[in-house]
Amino acid sequence: MSDAADESVAPALRRGVKFRFDTVRDAWVLLGPERLFVPDETAVEVLRLVDGARTLGAIIDDLAARFGAPRDTIAADVTALLHDLAGKGAVTF
Amino acid sequence: MPDDLPARREVTDAMRPEPPLGMLLELTHRCPLQCPYCSNPLALERASDELPTEAWQDVLDQAARLGVLQVHFSGGEPMARRDLVPLVRHAAGLGLYTNLITSAVLLDAPALAALSDAGLDHVQISFQDVDEAGADRIGNYAGGHAKKLAAARLVRESGLALTLNFVVHRHNIARVPQMIALGEALGAGRIEIANVQYYGWGLRNRAALLPTRAELDAATEAVFAGRERLAGRMVIDYVIPDYYAIEPKGCMGGWGRRFLNVSPAGRVLPCHAAETLPGFDWPSVRTTQLAEIWNRSEPFARYRGTAWMPEPCRSCDRREIDWGGCRCQAFALTGDAGRTDPACALSPDHAVMAEAAREAEAPPPPFVYRRIGSNL
Repeated sequence: MSDAADESVAPALRRGVKFRFDTVRDAWVLLGPERLFVPDETAVEVLRLVDGARTLGAIIDDLAARFGAPRDTIAADVTALLHDLAGKGAVTF
Repeated sequence: MPDDLPARREVTDAMRPEPPLGMLLELTHRCPLQCPYCSNPLALERASDELPTEAWQDVLDQAARLGVLQVHFSGGEPMARRDLVPLVRHAAGLGLYTNLITSAVLLDAPALAALSDAGLDHVQISFQDVDEAGADRIGNYAGGHAKKLAAARLVRESGLALTLNFVVHRHNIARVPQMIALGEALGAGRIEIANVQYYGWGLRNRAALLPTRAELDAATEAVFAGRERLAGRMVIDYVIPDYYAIEPKGCMGGWGRRFLNVSPAGRVLPCHAAETLPGFDWPSVRTTQLAEIWNRSEPFARYRGTAWMPEPCRSCDRREIDWGGCRCQAFALTGDAGRTDPACALSPDHAVMAEAAREAEAPPPPFVYRRIGSNL
């Protein structure tokens, strides 16, 4: 991540990473090269908004509005989550 | 975010295991390279024994229904199969994550375009070294390294995700920093620095391949430095040889828990090395449904979970972390697949690891190259 505080960046799944619903497990899964993550409910909500076009700021606004939570709290959580996923090679900015 | 699946759900059949996550399809044992640490069994299967296209497609259908999420097309060299593209297309059509594990010496621009068009998600290219002469000597294939470099550039230009895989041992382990640099230069999203795993051909060539402790420590330091420098840009996965471990690896995430392997002839195994174990009647997709094999066959149940474990595993806090380590290694080094993996410092057999490591101090013997009939 170039700058954790820069909300104008648009996160995207890296090439070779797929986010899809698995009907066998009844769960969302994030698949990458030799990687498999089963995101928790919060992460699923974030990842559904990660499309390479929506900015980090827009993602935070969307979640803050829908979950009625303080924007600062959401911003910190979302940024930390995406930073973690970037470190694992799943997300790029 | 948890890396693991959520806790076990209630199921009607309490004995039924969780569905597998990944499946390795060893489409063929044919390969232009002859690496002396090949993960294929010493007894290689011949082309005439290989499953036909329709049988592989049926296996993919069954795997998707069973819950497999990722499929790895491997071999041998999977590109030696003429039907690789239709098989990838079939898997992608089922929503499976498709990974090609290749030597890349047959991967030219038209082949890559066809694979990409078929829906391939990821390409993993093996490199034997960063040094051309050394690499071609390991693979016993002149010109191989140059072809791999060209193929890796094609993969990047195509936009497909790329992993470089370096199998390391005493002949190349000093060049781990250059391997990381090559991954960076080629734009790989991920590299693997994987020490040889000593089963089958690797075990046969152990005295020629196992590095010293000091060589391993230098490589580990280089990997950690690389990870720090490239965080967020390139993932570096690292596998050490069990001979210098204190705790065993959680081999395959546990026997029959995460993963299954289908051999060229259709035998279904919990890992690619399991055919080294005696006393198994391996089930085959030619006669049995994959779900039946996974959920109910005796070979998959034999070392699944913790009930089979001897001490010190049985009462160990790590028994559901490492699952007793590797059954193939326990058999190879103790003669009993049901013992604790000797890689564990708590194993009564742990001294055999240190004895083997002493071989690494002696001059290396010549390689026994991987080819049909060479293991005599």
